[in-house]
Amino acid sequence: MAKKKAKEIELDLSSNWDYAPSMESTGHIQLKKKYDLFIGGKFVKPKSGVYFDTINPATEEVLAQVAEANEADVDAAVKAARKAYDTVWSKLSGKERGKYIYRIARLIQERAREFSVIESLDGGKTIRESRDIDIPLAAAHFFYYAGWADKLDYAFPNRNPQSIGVAGQITPWNFPMLMIAWKIAPALATGNTVVLKPAETTSLTALKLAELFQDAGLPDGVVNIVTGYGQTGSHIVNHPDVDKIAFTGSTGVGKLIMKSIANTNKKSTMELGGKAANIIMEDAPLDQAVEGVINGIFFNQGHVCCAGSRLFIQESVYDIVMRKLKDRMQALVVGNPLDKNTDIGAINSKKQLDTIKKYIKIGKEEGAEIYQPNCTLPKKGYWIPPTLFTNVAQSSTIVKEEIFGPVLAIQTFRTVDEVISKANNTPYGLSAGVWSDKGSKVFNLTSQMRAGVVWGNTYNKFDPTSPFGGYKESGHGREGGLQGLEAYLKFNA
Amino acid sequence: MAIKDYSQTPKVDQVGILDRVARVTARSIKNEAKMQGLRMVLNMIDLTTLEGADTEAKVKQLCYKAMHLHDEIPNLPTTAAICVYPNFVNVAVKALKGSGVKVASVATAFPSGHSSREIKLMDTKIAVDAGADEIDMVISRGKFHSGEYNFVFDEIAAIKEACGNARLKVILETGELGTFDKVRRASDIAMDAGADFIKTSTGKIKPAATLPVTLVMLEAIKDHYYKTGRMVGMKPAGGISNSKLALQYLVMVKETLGGKWLSNEWFRFGASSLANDVLMQIAKQTQGNYQSKDYFSID
Repeated sequence: MAKKKAKEIELDLSSNWDYAPSMESTGHIQLKKKYDLFIGGKFVKPKSGVYFDTINPATEEVLAQVAEANEADVDAAVKAARKAYDTVWSKLSGKERGKYIYRIARLIQERAREFSVIESLDGGKTIRESRDIDIPLAAAHFFYYAGWADKLDYAFPNRNPQSIGVAGQITPWNFPMLMIAWKIAPALATGNTVVLKPAETTSLTALKLAELFQDAGLPDGVVNIVTGYGQTGSHIVNHPDVDKIAFTGSTGVGKLIMKSIANTNKKSTMELGGKAANIIMEDAPLDQAVEGVINGIFFNQGHVCCAGSRLFIQESVYDIVMRKLKDRMQALVVGNPLDKNTDIGAINSKKQLDTIKKYIKIGKEEGAEIYQPNCTLPKKGYWIPPTLFTNVAQSSTIVKEEIFGPVLAIQTFRTVDEVISKANNTPYGLSAGVWSDKGSKVFNLTSQMRAGVVWGNTYNKFDPTSPFGGYKESGHGREGGLQGLEAYLKFNA
Repeated sequence: MAIKDYSQTPKVDQVGILDRVARVTARSIKNEAKMQGLRMVLNMIDLTTLEGADTEAKVKQLCYKAMHLHDEIPNLPTTAAICVYPNFVNVAVKALKGSGVKVASVATAFPSGHSSREIKLMDTKIAVDAGADEIDMVISRGKFHSGEYNFVFDEIAAIKEACGNARLKVILETGELGTFDKVRRASDIAMDAGADFIKTSTGKIKPAATLPVTLVMLEAIKDHYYKTGRMVGMKPAGGISNSKLALQYLVMVKETLGGKWLSNEWFRFGASSLANDVLMQIAKQTQGNYQSKDYFSID
């Protein structure tokens, strides 16, 4: 048999056996047509009188209307939180607070299916992820921090930990429910009360959570949820009676918040953008590394602050890794987020779609080579196929700036020193990934990455016990783990 | 050509393999995709009997079953093959004549593989001469563990030669190999030595076939294809007894190697009880309700 040249041999990943649609049912969820603000344990009409639409980004259909809180609404929420803090929550023992948090965790588990479906409807993320990752992890965070509530003196021995007061929390649209859990669970465990503003495109699970707080019997005003846009957030940030700001979102907005709270006593934690390096050494288990690249950049449509958006491949294995990566991408299913077989769902909003498209255009204009697998996208809704860019450098715009979409920029490297310096050559420092079969190499690389989270031979793994947060312009403070408690405490040793 | 150093075969990460398998098992195969998949599964089965107590009558019964899986449902496929010991090959060949069902025979001192080269070759030749279409050999795991990779390679190459036109399936007995790295190494040796199929298990050792170990082997097949353009088939055997699991194997093949491998020319299940579970599912999909097991013949 004549040997074919390697270049000619292509794997054809198509087949005439396609997965039939397998839709998650939406019949069991209950959504109101209109959602008011959740202040002092009740849903109250906004003083602003304004409501805005929240849509399903996969169909562009309106799901519900959500109230937009103005300055007076935020003030009412902060007052309710202060009252709850002074009269109830700060007086409760840790053990009693823990009971409420456990109850919340259990109720989330009980209603996991409803929350998953709403999360996928409102945000465009696949049901596989909301069902298997977002909602179970959110419950896990409440369980984890419930356990700490009565053990703070042991967590911080001889430091006399005390709650801070009212925490203002602003959460992003990429993991709506999970980010709320990251913020509310430690705040409540440490005895603080909360004014929360969820992202405007994904308010619904927050509002369903408000209903769940009512069912859990959480005392009125302990958590208040004010929906709205950035303006609403700025009212929280600038409110004089808020003691702490916890923000997850873009670096740009993070900087604005830090300017606003300069000269005040407000404590802060900022979890901001990232442009993580995912590094494949030549001795890595290549198929698994490729799977890690897929999980690193296409998880949640790339709407992940710790996404592995810069891939570094050691030059000697570049061809084979690229080939495996492209073949793996052929098997990804893009489409309806509610189909259990969908791997990549809808882009969260029109605005984000435009941002991603802008970067893809810039990438092409700067001479980068683009690769997208064959996939048919739905006609309505916001979609971007999984995208690779090669022939880029550290100086390319798409390598420097956070895209927050399913777009991967791929570079090669020759030596360990070279890849360390390139990986750290970014204003961000949230996360990184290293792939190698050699333990010593992994430990050397992970200890030299200036990033808050470094994964070895895996990517995008989360656990409530593990602290998460950034270096440099990726933010400050840590969420998760013991460190996540510290951000909501003051110490009077 | 320089002799390949098989101690340097590509590395496999266990955690990554399990993660990928978790993605595969999360696929939801419903309705027409399920029916199409189940029919494929039936047509990929090597209906197997490898017992000390096997008799001509037992083998004949099995052959009849392979050709008449469930006559109550029209147009069902046959199984791909039946798989027996060498001394029953002539019985099976006769029983299956004209049906298109292939006859596979284990050989090479199955299942332990502990015998001389001469006997293994003779074992193979007897099966081939009796009309076996396919030979399922076992590798010498002892030699493999001792690092005598060239011995293992040469043995497979010799058996391949003895096979003539019969296709050779090489059983790695993954349950005895210990790590995914070693499964990968054994896969590479077998394919380089000329295997037409690589197969997980004899069915005599637990664990037999699993999704993770099959994924490791499918990835080895993929790399072999990238390098040589030669397709090698895959046969997980043992421990696959229900439809859902069988469909998950097909998902893994589809997403790792593509549609070309989704036929019984390139993918087989070594199983004895899988067929009836698949038949029950097909009956359920066709008629709307589950039927009693008593309606499905056991042979």
